[in-house]
Amino acid sequence: MRFLYKTDYEQDIRLAKHAGHRLWYGLLLLALLAAPGVLPEYWLAQLTFVLVYGIVGLGLMLLSGFTGQFSIGHAAFMGVGAYTEAVLTAKGWPFPASLVAAALLSGAVGAIVGLPALRLKGLYLGIATLAFGFIVEEGLARWESVTGGNSGMPVKAPSIGDWSLSSGVAMYALCLVLAVLCTLFVLNLLRSPVGRAFVAIRDSEISAQSMGINLAKYKTMAFSVSAGLAGIGGALYAHKVQFISPDQFSIGQSIDLLLLVVIGGLGSVHGAFFGAVFLITMPQLLTLAKDYLPTAVAQANGLQGLAYGLVLIAFVLFEPMGLYGRWIKLRTYFDAVPFYRRGLFKRQKTFQKSDRLK
Amino acid sequence: MSAPLPISATLLSVRGLSVQFGGVRAVSDVSFDVQRGEVFTLIGPNGAGKTTVFNLISRIYRPTAGDIAFEGRSLSDLAPHDIASLGIARTFQNIELFENATVLQNLLIGRHRHSSVSLWQCGLFTGRVRAAEIAARRKVEEVIDLLDLQHHRESVVAGLPYGVRKVVELARALCSEPKLLLLDEPSSGLNPEETDDMVFWIEDIKNELGVTVLMVEHDMSLVSKVSDRVLAMNQGEVLALGTPSEVQSHAGVIEAYLGTSQDTAKLRRVAA
Repeated sequence: MRFLYKTDYEQDIRLAKHAGHRLWYGLLLLALLAAPGVLPEYWLAQLTFVLVYGIVGLGLMLLSGFTGQFSIGHAAFMGVGAYTEAVLTAKGWPFPASLVAAALLSGAVGAIVGLPALRLKGLYLGIATLAFGFIVEEGLARWESVTGGNSGMPVKAPSIGDWSLSSGVAMYALCLVLAVLCTLFVLNLLRSPVGRAFVAIRDSEISAQSMGINLAKYKTMAFSVSAGLAGIGGALYAHKVQFISPDQFSIGQSIDLLLLVVIGGLGSVHGAFFGAVFLITMPQLLTLAKDYLPTAVAQANGLQGLAYGLVLIAFVLFEPMGLYGRWIKLRTYFDAVPFYRRGLFKRQKTFQKSDRLK
Repeated sequence: MSAPLPISATLLSVRGLSVQFGGVRAVSDVSFDVQRGEVFTLIGPNGAGKTTVFNLISRIYRPTAGDIAFEGRSLSDLAPHDIASLGIARTFQNIELFENATVLQNLLIGRHRHSSVSLWQCGLFTGRVRAAEIAARRKVEEVIDLLDLQHHRESVVAGLPYGVRKVVELARALCSEPKLLLLDEPSSGLNPEETDDMVFWIEDIKNELGVTVLMVEHDMSLVSKVSDRVLAMNQGEVLALGTPSEVQSHAGVIEAYLGTSQDTAKLRRVAA
């Protein structure tokens, strides 16, 4: 067991709370840095996708997991980022400038979509963002002069001046750097007043506002930051797949993102990356499993949807905290090993919210 | 009373306050003044409109008529989140804490009105944010000390017993360093020992921190121990205003709680 004795306030603010954190996250970073030398090209590409989806997941996690606002149209923000990047790169903008533009544009779109969030709650907000997702998909398909319509458009490799990042390793390195920066940004937000205001809005809007938190301002901000991160993810996605079309940013993609945050574990930064790993490895596992399934089942349509649905139901029933919850339990087990007892994480119900002022 | 005391300046002034929900007059023509440095209590039977008055002060409801002024400034054109920045903090009758955050985080949210850092400064965690965070923790620690919450500092609120949550909510309100503290039934759901603690804390808040307290309370022993003045309400109207003992012996108040002697006589006749 580990007990933290805090002797000054700095300790409370620090990102790495103890030596164990520094060791393990340092090792993780080293492993990620060493990955290009060790992994075959295919798996490196998959890892790149994990990082890309991790960035988008971070955005949705900030919005859904920490601010409590659900979005069923998050792929649309990815789409805005991806198309902005594609169009600007085609015009010859250097990568850093086009990436910032993609992030800012999708952030601005996010702020506009956030406006209904000031009046709508829960499912109704979900419906509004769903509608927004359809509008963007349709818009990308119809605005043929810029987006190339349903036939899609090719995306050039990111380049700064004459230096082009066209190889798989360069792309991986780029995604890794941006994923680390985005994670640090989100972690910093969460340990500062803005992030606490998000959490306050999630848990009780009425008392958040009586503590002086401007609900309109912070909800818009959450939408905007979340969409900005999705835009960065979208831009990287565009470079990685090298060809984008509107159907890549459809409702299916949005649902996948929602699945990512729920299975990863709502309300945890780890969850965004766990969820991304799940989202990328699941299709591979299914392909492997098909060899062992009867032909009638393996060839059936919608096998993937069925599998995702079952996994989601299983998580909601048995592990509502998602993969992150499982991770915490595993970690605690090894932390406490001789003294670990069953039922350490048994949840207790509380009945103190009978008539809320809403 | 001869020379006016220096604390007698009015902090909160409520004039002709009325609010109507459909055909129900929840509060009608209520006027009172809360003086700086006093503990002012609203009492009355259920449905008298006490909590509604609180919600009118925190701008959750808008009054149909009348005005509320804090330090001479009318609250009528302010949004609910502006109230905190004036220096008014409140607790809720049914605890409204941030359930999935730790006690420390809850208290730090109480400091929100003092924070003035932008999104970008937070995202980059600049030196300014770091310094503000440390200063906020120092302040929060003073409140933790005052209310004996050291043991629960790192606990998640969702796992805390009711009595402790009640104190955490009081602590969160204090962290905003209010001039006026609105307490909605501070002793409801507390056992006698916890209620006694609450008496001491309210006195400490008034005497040591110099915070003016406006509270709604049913426990008359707590009310008479800590209140300087009491306002009794019934069915949205003011019944009586005065010291605790004056109000308790007021004929109208007794009638509101217990009914009239004719009522009891009638009841006897029916029973007989």
